Amino acid sequence: MTAAERYPLRTRLLHWLTAVLVFATLLVGFFMVSSLGSYGALVSVHMTLGVSILVIVVVRAANRCTHRTPKLPSTVGGFEHKIVVGSELSMYALLLAQPLVGWAMVSASGQRVVVFGVCSLPRIAPFDADLYFGLRQTHSVLAYLLVAVVAAHVSAVLLHTLTLRDGMLSRMAFGRRATPRKPNHPPARAERGKLPG
Amino acid sequence: MLPQRLVSLTRSSQLGVVRLVGVDQPPRTGLNWRGTPLTRRSMLLGFGAVGAFLAVDLGAVAYANKWIGAGAALTRATFIAGFESVFGTHPGFRRNHAKGVAVVGYLDATGNGRELSRAAVLGPGRYPVTGRFSLTGGNPFVTDAPGAARGLGLAIGYPDGPQWRTAMLNLPVFPDNSPQGFYDRMFASQVIAATGKPDPAKMAAFLKAHPETAAAMDVMKRHPPTPGFADSTFSSLNVFHLIAESGARTPVRWSFVPRQAAFAPAATGDDVLFDALVRQLKTTPLQWDLHFTVGQPDDPIDPTLPWPSDRRVVDAGTLTLTAAETELAGNARDVNFDPLVLPDGIEPSDDPLLSARSAVYAASYRARTGEPKSPSAVQVDQVTP
Repeated sequence: MTAAERYPLRTRLLHWLTAVLVFATLLVGFFMVSSLGSYGALVSVHMTLGVSILVIVVVRAANRCTHRTPKLPSTVGGFEHKIVVGSELSMYALLLAQPLVGWAMVSASGQRVVVFGVCSLPRIAPFDADLYFGLRQTHSVLAYLLVAVVAAHVSAVLLHTLTLRDGMLSRMAFGRRATPRKPNHPPARAERGKLPG
Repeated sequence: MLPQRLVSLTRSSQLGVVRLVGVDQPPRTGLNWRGTPLTRRSMLLGFGAVGAFLAVDLGAVAYANKWIGAGAALTRATFIAGFESVFGTHPGFRRNHAKGVAVVGYLDATGNGRELSRAAVLGPGRYPVTGRFSLTGGNPFVTDAPGAARGLGLAIGYPDGPQWRTAMLNLPVFPDNSPQGFYDRMFASQVIAATGKPDPAKMAAFLKAHPETAAAMDVMKRHPPTPGFADSTFSSLNVFHLIAESGARTPVRWSFVPRQAAFAPAATGDDVLFDALVRQLKTTPLQWDLHFTVGQPDDPIDPTLPWPSDRRVVDAGTLTLTAAETELAGNARDVNFDPLVLPDGIEPSDDPLLSARSAVYAASYRARTGEPKSPSAVQVDQVTP
């Protein structure tokens, strides 16, 4: 059995950068709308994080076309493969849509998105209160969808890596390459007997 | 190796319970996933990790949303519920300063403000303004009372330039210096239907607990309101910082100081203050001078405390309002006069009320933009010049 194939380094870096930014942006977003004291300061942080994700996701989408993806382990069947592809596509779609909806929502309220405290972005939607409300609701719905899709994504990778021990995580990991366990080979009885009850 | 028959069985069912029967070894039980056995150990590890991750992940989401661990902390939702509890529900209207009329005009900046701030809207020139006069409280059909605090919201540079939004009052100081104080005062001054007045015992208890409000009310008593909107001085009350080209930060409060006397309000009617304003605007443009009061480093940012009267004043320009408009879709009705929408060159101070105002205004804006609209009390075309 050969070591699992990996994504190119640039793809892995972009992935983990996105992961950190998405967690941060979602949590800052949820926190700021329930906080009176730090709302003012966090809005600009949230906008800056969101626009950064938008840029990174566009780069990632382009980068995604530059290489083949490493083979999925044999533990992924035909149906699960479809789920893997669907969840990757939906994450790209959500990560692209969410910052754009946020930007459009701010635009529809007649304001500008300001990133890094200085750079004021042009408005991308007309000043319209009804449109604002639709976009504002959408922004919340997409946020919870992102929470759900990310939770499913992480859970699936954890189950593959820890339960099936198929080296799923190592495709996106750094450091020493883990050799996946050989499939179809149950552990020895003696080993199983030692497990806590 | 498992018999081929069973491999195909488990493939088709993905997660299969494999029971070997009728072969030459004793029956045994095991779970597998596409041929990879699932041991108790591997299941514990995998599902344990998933459980731990979800607990941390969803716990963080719940904590950030203040669904857990927040106790009785004030949130924007508390404020919105508070306004609705005190003033009733009025769909489509602002939760506070619900009664109002839209205005348009422009700011002619002298350029004097550029000494203290690099803000583009303070450079010499004319900048479009959309604004709104209002009365305090969450009832959009309240009868105009001379003592009710008057508001003026302005979006300077609106809609396409770098905007400076401000929501000001015709008061010399603000009654509260904390969100909690504001919230508690709203309930302490709630009008009791039977008497038409707030409960005096409640108000006395509130003022005892909030000496800063008692002191601010003394200052207000020495600066009684003028007869109308047109002759009111509207002030930021909160402290902001102006940032110069050099990076120097100067604490300021700003005021719009009227250049005219106000038309006398009619003797009777529900909208005497607004009608007088609209009538005057139909006759002539109205003007206010923009004054920046320059604070000293030790001057308080607490909005209940006035600054010494000898502070330097920079006359930065003149606001001219040319017309009143009934609140309608697309005009100031749909503008959130968020005090933290500021151009580069103007920054908020550490006054905790600024962030709280911004948060509650945003919640009010989100709520009302999703609600059905009904006509505002002040109908400009029904006011005869």
